[in-house]
Amino acid sequence: MLRNWNAYLFLAPGLLLFSVFTLFAMGFALYLTFHEWSIIQPEQPFVGLDNYRELMSDERFRRSVYNTVYFTGASVPLTMLVGLAVALLLNQPLRGRGLLRVMYFLPVVTPFVVVAIIWKWLYNGDFGLFNYYLLKTNLIDEPLLWLADKNLAMPSIILMSVWAGVGFSMVVYLAALQAVPEELYDAAKVDGGGAWVRLRHVTIPMLRPATLFLMVMGIIGSFQIFTQIFIMTQGGPVDRTTTMMFYIYEAAFKFYRMGYASTLAYALFAMLFIFTLIQLRLYRRAYE
Amino acid sequence: MTSPLDLSSARDETRTGAIRARYRRWRRRRALPTALAYILLVPGAILFVAPFAWLVSASFQHVGDIFSWPPQWVPEDPTLDNYKTFFGVPTESGNADVSANVFRWFANSVFVATSITVLQLFFNSMAAYVFAKRQFPGRDAIFLLFLATLMVPPQITLIPNYIVLKHIPLFGGNDIFGQGGHGWLDSYYGLILPGAVSAFGVFLLRQYMLTIPDELLDAARVDGAGEFRVFWQVVLPLTGPALAATAIFTFMYAWEDFLWPLIIISSPDHYTMPLGLAMFVVKNRTAWDMLMAGSVVATIPVIVIFMIFQRRFIKGISMTGIKG
Repeated sequence: MLRNWNAYLFLAPGLLLFSVFTLFAMGFALYLTFHEWSIIQPEQPFVGLDNYRELMSDERFRRSVYNTVYFTGASVPLTMLVGLAVALLLNQPLRGRGLLRVMYFLPVVTPFVVVAIIWKWLYNGDFGLFNYYLLKTNLIDEPLLWLADKNLAMPSIILMSVWAGVGFSMVVYLAALQAVPEELYDAAKVDGGGAWVRLRHVTIPMLRPATLFLMVMGIIGSFQIFTQIFIMTQGGPVDRTTTMMFYIYEAAFKFYRMGYASTLAYALFAMLFIFTLIQLRLYRRAYE
Repeated sequence: MTSPLDLSSARDETRTGAIRARYRRWRRRRALPTALAYILLVPGAILFVAPFAWLVSASFQHVGDIFSWPPQWVPEDPTLDNYKTFFGVPTESGNADVSANVFRWFANSVFVATSITVLQLFFNSMAAYVFAKRQFPGRDAIFLLFLATLMVPPQITLIPNYIVLKHIPLFGGNDIFGQGGHGWLDSYYGLILPGAVSAFGVFLLRQYMLTIPDELLDAARVDGAGEFRVFWQVVLPLTGPALAATAIFTFMYAWEDFLWPLIIISSPDHYTMPLGLAMFVVKNRTAWDMLMAGSVVATIPVIVIFMIFQRRFIKGISMTGIKG
């Protein structure tokens, strides 16, 4: 026992911070969901399940869930598909593939705020490069408003997020491709399998763990999408890009409704939790 | 006279000849897919890099040229004014009101990201060490608690932590009960301490430390080393690769973190680089020239780190999957 006391000393700083900023915070967030809590009001009354009831009938909340699912459903598969295509091409013995790999990977290491700033400029209705080149090649007759157009805003955000994320899935797929044993391809060739058959029946099944990993990380990441929205659209036009995280931010730090915002955060948590459970199941099946 | 040796070498020759012929056939067949790969990959790569190229180019342009139509890819009248203004060097057309703060943002980011990285390495590895190598009552229960929170998204703790920081006693004008002031909000403490330990980092390091043989530790103890020396001089050096990987990710994550600074920081003196740049855009400031230079400066440290640690970085990504 005496020999063990100093183990607690080693643990103390980490455990203290963890207890305050993670454990206590989680419990406190749950407590907040049952209260009307504003940091500018002296009273924080207990309101029972009112926040949850409001959540059920909140039109903007529903909108934010829809937007988040729309964003995730489009950006995650697209990022993975483009990443896979680039990885397959780069997996050949090409001259300069190191350089190409770095080029595709550059957006991943760029701070997200910078990415959002560049793209906000590219999308600019008056000076943006997109409009310039689309007009010049006569693909469009008049400038598009991109981020200010209520039907184009979300696709624009998605396009930019795919650009920013392709490098990541490319790297994961490249690592997985290099682990596929050469014999499998040889066996498929002996059996007369063409390129497509080899891709369909050897490569893609062998990449399954990587695919699932990217799916899990992608869904968790895009459910929390915030930075792009804050910088590029502020949730507009007419809430077309208000995602769950942006709505939580607004509720808590614009309207100072900490209680309701915590309820929203728990709703986000619940959705992610269900997704993760489903994905864990898939994982287990992939490895069996 | 033909000896078996000669025979075999002749056989070898025909064999290598056959291999060569096969290789040539393979190369011919290969030529088409290779060309196709380049046709697809090169324009794609250019599209991926073009936005950066334009950003760098714009950062050397006068503000009027940035808005020019058609856009200038190569600055017609290149200038260093944007960078000079950024680093507080006086210029003729300088934006004095912004330059006062902008360099400070950069320094804040360096300070905050470095502090978080150093503290995390220290606290994470100490906790990981006792989880991996020590026996004490409650160890497994505490470790399980760490593990259980891995699934919790950071958004849950955002709001409560904001309230907690506001009520830290005796700081920022608070009394002993944490009332009256703003506590650790709008301070470096608030930026750094909530990120100074990470359950994920503890977990990764613990897994790595489990592979270190106990005999090494016991040998050091027999030689009279105290617990801290065992940790510092035996375990830590052997954990090098894992420490390096987590250090790179932690630094990059802290460098580009945006949401947390956005929430707790209110005075421009405490802005980090991403927050400062974002506020610039959101508040519709007109100094786009400065913004371009600032974006380049904010990007350079991470690009440099990536270039230096490229291999480790890419290995680490497929290992840990941080940064989605």
